[in-house]
Amino acid sequence: MGSKPSVLIITGNGLNCEAESQAAWERSGAVVRLIHLNDLLASAAILQDHQALMFIGGFSYGDHMGSGLVMGLRIRNALRAELSRFIESGGLILGVCNGFQVMIKIGLLPGLDGDYFSQRLALMQNDSGHFRNDWVELKFESNSPCVFTRGLDEMSLPIRHGEGKVFTPDRRVIEQVEKAGCVACRYTHPETGEPTNQFPWNPNGSQHAIAGLCDPSGRVFGLMPHPEAYLLPENHPAWSFDRLTGGLPRERLGLQLFRNAVDYMCASG
Amino acid sequence: MAHRIEIALKRGIRDARGQSAVSTAKSFLRLPVRSCETRDIYKLDVRLNQKQKTAIRKAFTDPVIAVSSEGRHRPPAKFDWLVEVGFKHGVTDNVGRTARVVVEDLLRRTLDADEEVFTSRQYFWRGETLTREQVMTLARDQLANSLIHSIEVFDPTSWAAHPIDESVPRLTEISPVEVKTYDLSGPDDELMKISRDGILSLSLLEMHAIRDHFTDPEISRRRAEGSLPCEPTDVEMECIAQTWSEHCKHKIFAGVVHYSDADGNQRTIDSLFNTYIRGATTKIGEEIDWLVSVFTDNAGVIRFSDRYNLVFKVETHNSPSALDPYGGAITGIVGCNRDPMGTGIGSELLYNTWGYCLGSPFYDGDLPEGLFHPRRIRDGVHLGVIDGGNQSGIPWARGFERFDERFIGKPLVFCGTVGRIPVSIYGKPTEEKEILPGDAVVMVGGRIGKDGIHGATFSSEELRAESPAQAVQIGDPITQRKMYEFLLEARDAGLYRTLTDNGAGGLSSSVGEMAKLSGGAELDLALAPLKYEGLQPWEIFLSEAQERMSLAVPQECVNQLLALADRREVDATVIGAFRSEPELVLRYGEKIVGRLDMDFLHEGCPTMELSARWTEPEFPAPRPLRAGSRNQQLKDILGSLNVCSKEYKSRMYDGEVKGLSILKPFTGVHRDIPGDASILLAELDSRQGVVISEGINPFYSDLDTYHMMAGVIDEAVRRIISVGGRCDRIAGLDNFCWPDPVPSESNPDGAYKMAQLVRALEALYDVTTAYRVPCISGKDSMKNDSVRGGRKISIPPTVLFSAVGIIDDIASAVTLSFKQPGDPVYMVGVTKDELGASEFFRLLADRQRTPGATGGTVPAVEPSTALATYRAMNQATATGLLRSSHTPTLGGLAAALAFCSMAGDRGADIELKGLPVDAVLSDDARLFSESHSRFLVTCAPNREPELQKCFEACATARIGTVIEEPRLRVRGIRGRLLIDAPPATMRKAFKETLHGI
Repeated sequence: MGSKPSVLIITGNGLNCEAESQAAWERSGAVVRLIHLNDLLASAAILQDHQALMFIGGFSYGDHMGSGLVMGLRIRNALRAELSRFIESGGLILGVCNGFQVMIKIGLLPGLDGDYFSQRLALMQNDSGHFRNDWVELKFESNSPCVFTRGLDEMSLPIRHGEGKVFTPDRRVIEQVEKAGCVACRYTHPETGEPTNQFPWNPNGSQHAIAGLCDPSGRVFGLMPHPEAYLLPENHPAWSFDRLTGGLPRERLGLQLFRNAVDYMCASG
Repeated sequence: MAHRIEIALKRGIRDARGQSAVSTAKSFLRLPVRSCETRDIYKLDVRLNQKQKTAIRKAFTDPVIAVSSEGRHRPPAKFDWLVEVGFKHGVTDNVGRTARVVVEDLLRRTLDADEEVFTSRQYFWRGETLTREQVMTLARDQLANSLIHSIEVFDPTSWAAHPIDESVPRLTEISPVEVKTYDLSGPDDELMKISRDGILSLSLLEMHAIRDHFTDPEISRRRAEGSLPCEPTDVEMECIAQTWSEHCKHKIFAGVVHYSDADGNQRTIDSLFNTYIRGATTKIGEEIDWLVSVFTDNAGVIRFSDRYNLVFKVETHNSPSALDPYGGAITGIVGCNRDPMGTGIGSELLYNTWGYCLGSPFYDGDLPEGLFHPRRIRDGVHLGVIDGGNQSGIPWARGFERFDERFIGKPLVFCGTVGRIPVSIYGKPTEEKEILPGDAVVMVGGRIGKDGIHGATFSSEELRAESPAQAVQIGDPITQRKMYEFLLEARDAGLYRTLTDNGAGGLSSSVGEMAKLSGGAELDLALAPLKYEGLQPWEIFLSEAQERMSLAVPQECVNQLLALADRREVDATVIGAFRSEPELVLRYGEKIVGRLDMDFLHEGCPTMELSARWTEPEFPAPRPLRAGSRNQQLKDILGSLNVCSKEYKSRMYDGEVKGLSILKPFTGVHRDIPGDASILLAELDSRQGVVISEGINPFYSDLDTYHMMAGVIDEAVRRIISVGGRCDRIAGLDNFCWPDPVPSESNPDGAYKMAQLVRALEALYDVTTAYRVPCISGKDSMKNDSVRGGRKISIPPTVLFSAVGIIDDIASAVTLSFKQPGDPVYMVGVTKDELGASEFFRLLADRQRTPGATGGTVPAVEPSTALATYRAMNQATATGLLRSSHTPTLGGLAAALAFCSMAGDRGADIELKGLPVDAVLSDDARLFSESHSRFLVTCAPNREPELQKCFEACATARIGTVIEEPRLRVRGIRGRLLIDAPPATMRKAFKETLHGI
């Protein structure tokens, strides 16, 4: 293994965040290989050559039958054994937006009781009934084992989705998820800094204001907001104010999540 | 018979889609609905056993929130009506296409050609008093479009009695392949009947030219040798008609115009396009070095950096959007994306722009039979471009909406795409297109159906009741995205020589154009992959089925290209070869079905002769207002349809994908005020930014299209300047949308509309050459009239001028928000008495119930003064001098102050007394005049002397100060308080009009 950890990013079939996701990992010190989903399905063992796997955002198969459903099915059918091996051997998995939806559909999240292939939660249509693009405020849970969010407190990130509401009609599942520390981040109200169910701060009506989830090991993580779309201070909508009042928010960039993952891989490497 | 699967949400789970349907039915159709539950239906016309069927149903169903049944799922506990909406035969069913992939995965086999998956949707309505008639209205006016959808309505009893619907929208009768010929030997009225009945849109002159060509002895002899009939075949006739259509040939812009001005002075203009648009760009091109490719390709190309060129195209998709707003608009954006994709050797796509001119969504007057309500059009158009853009993974950079009753007959739907292309690949300039004789013609992307046949000829006509249903296409962004990624891979591997997109006219247009590069081409139409059987050769050739590109591929690369396409699940088929002989030869299998002389096809269309007569229009001015507070007028303007916030719908567009966005469409502390222009990166690791803006103002056209045109160019340019873009690197795109300017019995004022066009083009020449802002691409749409329901509705002449510029360092970008208390507020530029057709005059005329009384002096541009101001602004922004900058547009200074104040959540104390003016000017003119080339700027208090020095050569004056207290106060010439409003009050007025709509 070289000195830089290696990350595999799946592309194609309607996914579309490959360029900025690649840039995020590379700026954090990883090397990236982009692989078309069709090529990965045809040679699944490639997965084991990497320390991390990323499911990026976009519209896999148009989200035509529900977001992430088709890609989730295809991956579960073709990649189940290789994914199990990858998780067991300590690999990291990150899913953003459509990637998070795919992971939820496969069952990779919340991954309770070591079961990574049964769907336990839904990411369903936003309460508003439509797609929304805006910036939201997030708070990271300090008691979560998530390796991506270690040491992080708060962050602004863009959201852009139509189906981002974490939901289950079964209260016991949500309680289990909370108890296992699987909630890695929540939407907060900018005035109180507390988790909120209020639109637009909670943009989709997510239960417990959940924005992102990890598995109990903290190595498998998915979220609706887009950390890879906040690589520059000038991506933030308020940057023209920030520069007047004490500089740009260089430390609050979405890049931090990727750096954490790279640090973890280097340390355990 | 198909296997039917019905999927519902579990009891008690919020059905957001149903709730949206309820709220629209209540607020738009005012129907007494209580609730709505929706269900997804799949019909699998696939050979399955019971076990497979159950496995598929389970795979289709979300186990956490949904339940499903094979056959019929149990109905909701109570419902009053059920509406089921499916697709008609041949209409693109994107979900069905995706479901097919899942079925193939689960069955571990490829489905046969006769197996297919279809979808429909059910709406179970509650509403005790709903009548069948109301439910039909609901179905036709909200849930479905009867042009493309099948609709079934049941009450609980009839539904229970009805057998389970397992039918599929498949054609059972397939007509045999047949090539017809056209007999052109008859008299003129027969020729015109042929043109009309066939939706050929050919004029008598053009029909004569075709007849004469085919009766030419030399042509007859050659045809006899090639065993072709003397008369043109349908393949040939259709190909000529679409190549010569106004849509493709731009005959009005290329025609000879006899113009007489108001004093009766006559002159003749040979080609408006060559004289004014190309003429201006050619002149500017002699003085600048960053034009790369203009007017020759699918999009304009300009230099950006050492590594990349920028590519920009803006399209209109008006007629299709009038027939099916969603399908027309999604096809508009996805189709426009193929223009940069097919420019040079193919570019990457960076951003989209959109803009719509529509009737008021609150329109409550009579609607001619056959036209959609403007609200329905607006909802459908937005959703189409939202889905098209979002699913393509391309962020929106700019968007606008304009409203006027005259857009009820034909909505204007503008879609734009910016791309980037490496300056060179394998050492060759990427903008050059080359094809060698012998190269294979390869069609890539979607398959061919009857979609969009006659799209090009039909859009060259007014909207009639019998306008063809198949002119509607529905784009599939995912199929296109797959094709796009495949093409970039193939481009970088050097697997093709060049490419172009299949848009209007389909293969006939793309191959017809490309063949010019080698000489000619020969195609076998029977090789083209079809969606379903039963297409005639001419339909294959003309079809505008979406997501297709035509490639010229060196023979030695064909196998590699096809293999890559196969791995990426993209259809790619060799359908012929390019030739050196100057003719287009069309075969269907062995049989030759068409043989057209390239020279006749492209140069044989007779030149149009048009007359244009200008007379000064006369409009009375509205009655002046009594002196007093203008709080109410400011609130009315902020809340007016053309000024008010469009944020509700805009937030449904993705503007952040790719992570390139720097100045977003909305700005300010609450991210809710439209910015002057948008800034985006073109490369993640560069500090150089792309600046995008637009100008549009159909209202000024009523008074004088010259000033309208000059004004929209100035608006687009000064928006770029305002945010910090360089004034010497701006390029423009002109999109002309006009009412029919060809005089006829049904169009008696055609010569006036033609004169309006000439005047607009004169302004375009004058202002672009003065600013050195070359047009690099454009489009004209000349038949924006509707005669449905016996009422003629024509749009006001409208030009969208889109502009693209450069900012050297994104860190020097400026926003419009007032920043710090104590910052001095300056006005740069002269305010004149220019209230004609202004937002203020239109408000007064409306309130005084004299809607046309908006007459007065329309704002005029003074290019030399403006240019000096822009240079000074460039200096100010590059040195970081300005804390905020905003250029007034609709609503003048008053609206501009309101925006800066709302954006910063700051107040300001303003005095109009010191405002730079050119004559004695009333308070109302100072507040509301829409004079061009002005900027409202602030700076840090300690840099005021620098600011004064920077603008010493411009008319500039301090007019006030930003204050901590959130209150905008404006005092008039005599010190009277004219405006006294907190940002929160203004924000409410600005945002409530279209909130939730």
